[in-house]
Parts: sequence; structure tokens; C-alpha cells
Amino acid sequence: MDRTPVPDADVCVVGAGPAGGLVADQLAGDYDVVVLDAGPRFDFEDRPERQERAIRPFYGRPDIWEMGGPRDDHTASGEWSYPLNHARVKGIGGSTLHWQGMVMRLHEDDFNSGSTRGVGPDWPIDYEDLRPYYPDAERELGVAGASDNPYGPPREQPYPMPAFPPSYSDSLFAEACEELGIDMHSVPNARNSESYDGRSQCVGYGTCQPVCPSGAKYDATVHIDSAEQQGATVIDRAPVQYLEHGPDQIEAAVYATPDGETHTQSAEVFVLACGGVETPRLLLLSASETYPDGLANTSGAVGRYFMDHLFAGTGGVLDGETRQNHVGFYTSSSQQFYDEANEEFAPLKLEFFNYDGPSPVEMALSGEDWGDDLLERLREGYGNHLGIGALVEQRPQEASYIGLAEDQTDDHGNPVPDVHWTVDDRALRTIERANEIQTEILSELGAEITWQVGPEETGPAYHHMGTTRMGTDPTDSVVDSTGRTHDLQNCWIASSSVFPTGGAVNPTLTIAALALRTADHIDRALGETSTR
Amino acid sequence: MELTRRDAVAALAALGGAGSATYGYSRLRDDGPDSTPPSDDHVRETMSATAEIVYPSELSGIAAFVEEFVDARLAEDDDHAAGIREAVTILDEHSQTWYDQSFADLSADTRETALEGLGADVADEDPDGSTAERVRYYVVNELLLALYSSPTGGTLVGIENPQGHPGGIQSYQRGPNGLE
Repeated sequence: MDRTPVPDADVCVVGAGPAGGLVADQLAGDYDVVVLDAGPRFDFEDRPERQERAIRPFYGRPDIWEMGGPRDDHTASGEWSYPLNHARVKGIGGSTLHWQGMVMRLHEDDFNSGSTRGVGPDWPIDYEDLRPYYPDAERELGVAGASDNPYGPPREQPYPMPAFPPSYSDSLFAEACEELGIDMHSVPNARNSESYDGRSQCVGYGTCQPVCPSGAKYDATVHIDSAEQQGATVIDRAPVQYLEHGPDQIEAAVYATPDGETHTQSAEVFVLACGGVETPRLLLLSASETYPDGLANTSGAVGRYFMDHLFAGTGGVLDGETRQNHVGFYTSSSQQFYDEANEEFAPLKLEFFNYDGPSPVEMALSGEDWGDDLLERLREGYGNHLGIGALVEQRPQEASYIGLAEDQTDDHGNPVPDVHWTVDDRALRTIERANEIQTEILSELGAEITWQVGPEETGPAYHHMGTTRMGTDPTDSVVDSTGRTHDLQNCWIASSSVFPTGGAVNPTLTIAALALRTADHIDRALGETSTR
Repeated sequence: MELTRRDAVAALAALGGAGSATYGYSRLRDDGPDSTPPSDDHVRETMSATAEIVYPSELSGIAAFVEEFVDARLAEDDDHAAGIREAVTILDEHSQTWYDQSFADLSADTRETALEGLGADVADEDPDGSTAERVRYYVVNELLLALYSSPTGGTLVGIENPQGHPGGIQSYQRGPNGLE
């Protein structure tokens, strides 16, 4: 394949995940767009084999999409360890290749966390600023949902597809929640409840996370394909090493290719869309005399304020069948407790699982028995589990950051990312609160509690946010309200790295809405340039 | 409960014709058996003989199911197919050493003893591992994966749409008595 630079490119997008894919797709009709991605272009036909890897015990999560090795090395110097290569995929489609596909809007107060909850900064935009882009994002990704969430932010338009009906286990939870005065509602899925956009209806493979063999779950190859059809050039296996720049703008992206060559891609505009870890890393790797602390880092905020959502969960067993693991997504949630957030407690949302307890086929491959003994073990182990998860917001903290490792380099000799992750007490307190609610619901059901993920056991939900935060003040933020860096006039960032605070809903719908909005601003900026 | 060729087709639809060897992991070891790879007929026979041990006794129709599944996996003629053939040869060499017969010719009790003697019951699967780990990966777990990702295998356990099977989006809504 030809991996040489595109001459006279207008837009160079770094990263072929959902943000980069959407920006490229929006601009490719009118501009010469080139997309560079560090990872490969995966063959759709290989997905059944990847699914087999997902089921077989020999393979770990990073193996499914070929993460790991010198390209992807990392360190974790913080108080909390971070399994970075479980949390991301490099390649065309990015981490949407392995995501679960849950897509909710942030709440109104999430944009004003500082003033309404006393935590973190306010965003420089409000829900109303992003509101026109949310339905567009839902249409682009293909979202199945229903307007039945009384606690969600306002919306006028219906979802593009009807919601997935509730599960049998949802009906069990519903009885308990009704007794306790807890409202359940449907949950928006970026997964086809009917055929949509040339992709099939979900066929129930049950391995959504980490691979959807049918393509019913949205992934960013959809928009990369669309961008290419409009004339964009997509170069895979082309990790950008650094960004050549002057004081006011980026001149070129210098990228490596598998043949050992290094190329220089020039463009009018650069869009960094390589996630909350690699985006700040690339800026830090591009330090210069003008920007000794890293490109676009006059504020010192590049890499700082690294946030993730924290998981809290409780599960148990019932005296009765619960019908788990038929599908790999959940169909009911509760955001009733979300906006009780204040300085003491973070926002949280509850997730009623359809996949708690063991999957029989995975159990079968891991025992020391077979034949009738194995079948007996499977029958004893499967069938009566129930679980409730929750996501909890983490407060932005300067001491939680993505940096460059001092003593480890990647396959091109660049310092690997160091994830220095710390978690605040408000988040840990809220995990306890989530556990209490979960325990209350399961106890009402008469379940025997068998597992709990609390403050001691919690881990990340793999949502990387905050590391190039958005703000109005160039001294404490990296990008402005449009996504353009304060320091460099032709550098935009499309990523959850621009989130000043994280809320407690999965970030990708907001990533998509922001990407569409940023694409509009880039379009305007390029229009102004061409008419000068 | 009867297994059918249709179940095998369902398992193959989920898993693909071949295993996960098309992009990397299963580089065959240099210290594998030196002998000529076994014929497809012999592989099929050996896999069926193993299935009689590792599948539950209440199943019938095992031979047709295994034949359909194994034929498709071998037809890919890739690293995974070679791994299956190599693991069958390992099984045969082990049974020739201990029982002077090929594995498929042993009685059912002796086949189970032979698998246990090899360590395939307690080994973790590993396509590049020890002989026991390779037999576990390419023979024992290959068969268990085929069975328990199929609707008939899942139904034995109480899940008619097991992980890996594209069984639609109705079953998750149904209760234990078929009620939505």
C-alpha cells in the first residue's frame, strides 16, 4: 500500500477512531483530507476469529485486536495501576472496535459542575450549545433508544431506532425497584435494533465487548469508509512521531511507516483525535524551544486532569432462573440518583446487567472436567446470577495525569505514555453509595449477594478524559470552546481529552457531538482562509 | 438430546471455518511430531473418538456433528488446521507408546485414561504450549467450543442462544417458561 503523504492536503486527522472518523467524514466532501492511524486496517471477515479469541481462555483482552508489544508499551507510576492496553484499540475504528456501545447524553449540570456542584471547572459551553449536535450524533452512530428517562436532559427528537426491549432479568429488577421507589428506564445503544445505515440488526452473538461479528454495533469504520468514499485518504500503520510547528501553527505531522521510512504530511489544518492518552502524549513528544513543556502547553494542562469513570457493582444469585448472557449489552438503567450530585457525592448511574455470572461456553473451556461432570458443573454454575453495575464520576485533579515515561521507549525510540492515575475521595464515597443502592435492590429481590466491587476493588471503565481540557482561559486550559488549541491557530482536538469534567455517562456520544461541532468550526475556519 | 449437522453449521457460522490462527498466535512448534500429517479421515475419526469422552452421555448424533465441524475447520488448510492435525498425531503417539494402538482404536475407558495420562484434563489450553496444552487447545477445547457455542449444547445448560451463536434478540427477553 502507498503510505506516502498526500500533496496539498487541507486537513490532516491523526487517529481513525470515532472522533477522527466523524471529522474526516464531515469535511471530506469539500476538502482534501488525510487520516493517519498508528494501527492497522482490520479485515471485517476476520471478526469470527476474533470472537473465538474472545471466548477462548488462552487469549487476553489485548490479544483480540492485537494490542501490546513495543508499539504499545506504557508505564503506570500512579498510586493506582492502569491496564492501558485493555482499555484501547489502535487501528482503523479505534476503541469503538471493542467498546460496548452505550451512548447517553451528558446532563445539563455536567456542563456546570463547578457552579452547580462545587467540583471542577464549568465547561465553556452549555448543554444548549451541544444540544443541536446530539441528535446528529445519534443519527450518525445509529442509536436505538426511547424517550422514557425522566432524569435525562431535555430532548425533542425521537431516537433513530426503537429501544431494545427490556430483558427478562429487567422484569425481575423492575418488581424490586418499584417496591423501593427506584425508576428504571431504557438505555440508548449504538447498536441496531433494526437494520440501519446498511448494517444488520443485532443478531445476538453476545460478545459485543470486545467484538461484534455482525457489524450491528456501531464502530468508526463506518465513518472512515464514508470519508474514503468521498475522497479522503486513510493511511494505516502510520504512527505520528511528532508535529513540526512554528510559534502559531503546526506545519506537518511526521509519521513512520512499516517499511522503516519516515514521512512528513503537511496540511492547512491538523485535527488530533487519538484519544485521551495518545493525544497529550503526541503534544508532549512535540516539545520544542518555543514550547519546551510540550506543544500547545503554555497552560501546563496538557496531560493533566486525567479522569476515567469508576465502576461499582454488586451481584448475587437467586432461587430461580435469570436468563443471563444471551446478549452482551444491557437494556435498562436508572439515572435517578445522577443529579443528586454535589461536593460530597459524584453523579452516578445504575446499569442492570443482562450478562452477570459465567458464560457456559467460557466455563466449559476452563475446567478440569469433561463429559457428564462438566455438564453438571455448567448447570450448577449457570442460570441464577443477577448483577447491577454503576459508573461514577471522578473529580479532575492536577495530580492525575498522562506523562512521558522517563526510562522506557517504544518501537520508534519515543518515551512511552505514563498513566499516573489517582482517584479522589468523593468518587470512592459515591462508589459506597452505589453499592448501598445495589445491595438494597438485590436484597429486595431476595438474592444472596456473592460479589461486590466497592471502593477497594474499583477499576476504570476505560474512558480517558480531561487531558487537553477545554476552557476560556489559556492559562489553565488547552483548547477553546470550539476545540481549537489556544496556542496554535490550525490545531484542533477532537476527543474526550477536551472534557473538563466527566459526568457519569459513557462519553462516546458526547465525543461524537463535539466532533461534529468542531468539524463545523474547522469548515468555517478553512472557508475564511480560502476567501482571504 | 440429539446433535445434528445443523448444529455444527451453527457453530461454524459463529466461529468461522477456522480458528484464531490466521493472524499470528499459532506458529507451530519446531519440536512437533516428525511423522506425516494424518489424513482428514483419521483426524475426523480421532476427534469423534475424543468427543465421545468429552461430550455428555445424554447426547446422540455426535459423529455427524463432529464430522461437519472438523471438515470445515480442516478445509481452511491454515495454521489452525495444521495444529489440529499435529495434536491428533500427539494423541496417537502417546497411545501407541502406552497401549500399542492409535487413539481412536482404544476403548472408551482407555481413551479417557490416555487423555488424562497426557494431562489434557488439567492443562490450560495453549496453541504453542506443551503437548498437553496443545491437545487441550486443538482437540478437547476445540470440541467443547463447538458444542457449547451451538444452540443444542447451550440448551443442555439452559441457554438456547449461547455466547458465540447469532441466535437473535428474542431469547434474552424470554423468561424460563418461554414468557416475555
